[in-house]
Amino acid sequence: MRRDDVFVVIGAGHAGAELAVQAREQGWPGRIVLVGNEQALPYHRPPLSKAYLAGSASLETLALKARSTYDKAAVDLLLGRQVSRVDRAAARVDFEDGASLHYARLAFATGGRARPLPAAASGAESASNFHYLRSLGDVDRIRTRFVPGARLSIVGGGYVGLEVAAIAVQHGLKVVVLEAASRVLARVTAPRLSSFYEQVHRAAGVDLRTGVQVDGFQLDRESGLVTQVHCSDGERVDTDLVIAGIGLLPNTELAARAGLAVDDGILVDAGSRTSDPAIVAAGDCTRFHSALYGRSIRLESVPNALEQSRSAAATVCGKERIHDSAPWFWSDQYDLKLKMVGLSHGYDQLLLRGSVEERSFSAFYLKGHRILAVDTVNRAPEFMLAKRFVAERIPVDPERLVDDAVPLKSLLPAA
Amino acid sequence: MYKLTIIEFSGKEHRLEAEDGKSVMQTAVDAMVPGIMADCGGSCSCATCHCYVDEAWIARLQPAESAERDMLECALDPQDNSRLSCQLRMTPQSDGLVVRLPKSQV
Repeated sequence: MRRDDVFVVIGAGHAGAELAVQAREQGWPGRIVLVGNEQALPYHRPPLSKAYLAGSASLETLALKARSTYDKAAVDLLLGRQVSRVDRAAARVDFEDGASLHYARLAFATGGRARPLPAAASGAESASNFHYLRSLGDVDRIRTRFVPGARLSIVGGGYVGLEVAAIAVQHGLKVVVLEAASRVLARVTAPRLSSFYEQVHRAAGVDLRTGVQVDGFQLDRESGLVTQVHCSDGERVDTDLVIAGIGLLPNTELAARAGLAVDDGILVDAGSRTSDPAIVAAGDCTRFHSALYGRSIRLESVPNALEQSRSAAATVCGKERIHDSAPWFWSDQYDLKLKMVGLSHGYDQLLLRGSVEERSFSAFYLKGHRILAVDTVNRAPEFMLAKRFVAERIPVDPERLVDDAVPLKSLLPAA
Repeated sequence: MYKLTIIEFSGKEHRLEAEDGKSVMQTAVDAMVPGIMADCGGSCSCATCHCYVDEAWIARLQPAESAERDMLECALDPQDNSRLSCQLRMTPQSDGLVVRLPKSQV
């Protein structure tokens, strides 16, 4: 590392902003450039489908760090700029506007984008009342039509869809959720949790339909607006606003074109190194081997993006900081604080602790005596403990685990 | 602008200027104080911004709400003066506030 070495970070989401500032804290001596394709100062994404959509959080409160923080860390912000190519042989980043930058070290923190809806190809995507929800710009556009009485169709019953449904119905919109699978949150939780969330949303007034494929949209010829959602069962849903949330695609194209190893995610090791020793990657755009689960995983997660970025910053500065924490996630809907730790894939037993009726319970996904993952609803103390059970692979006695009278803490091994 | 002092576990002091209404967590993040990770961005979900409020200030702050108390219950090294700094907003009442960071956040 020399004073004239440049470190370029492509992508200014949670991962990129953390990486750039952390690299300075870890001792990068030269110039640090953070490149983002949006104009706004790097911002918190989770509130977009919650407080910011509801209008209870302002743009200022969304900033990940103040502008003065980048000044203090001497991080140059290149916002509203699109990278067109990375030339590894020349160690150079080319921009669409013709400019270019040479790098000594490079980071990909390119994140992901909303998975496109196949049925939207018919032209709905250009309608001004059809939206995906990933960026600040998306939500600003949504908000112009997000008014009481409006008929909102949400395609997809995942976290984003359900969080939007909760905010919308509380805001006085008429909400329909159309989920293709037989239950909501099917990718991430057990059927018991899905049915609980379905019941909560229906009780709040959401028209929630599962097992429904969207196969097209009716567009008004004059206004160009979507007026109806067409479902494969023949159902037609009249609508004023459509929001599609059916998952995420990692932004790996730039890395793949540069010749980095990519397989549904830029491949990185526990120090966030890519297949090129001069290049690291972090966040939703990566795939890595999880020692905890013994397989390759790709996460869509803010905490993972931050942790990986801290490892990547250490690597870039010639240090070692292994990234292998238990993945965790959260989703706030109505008065429900859902916090999840671990990945449940491969569980053979689901155990509940607490009371579903009283909206305070934890669901444990077990494989034998090992807890693979835990979903907690309004049980923050148990979530904090669950992180330890999952990360440290602490075996449990299932009978004591389900007994709510036995404090979860007492199942931890004696210190 | 209010005065805010954050003392790392090592004893290193950070004397900061804090904007009205901004959280102690965000003020610390903006000033690059190590030990305040704030992974969840202030949604009271991660307890990585845990701090100990100097005794002289406890009574002058808004008490913790249930979501915060729940998180603190099983945070690492909790004490009677534990708070989540994302839930502490700087106000005229908290001008001069002093907080310390726990060992788990070095």
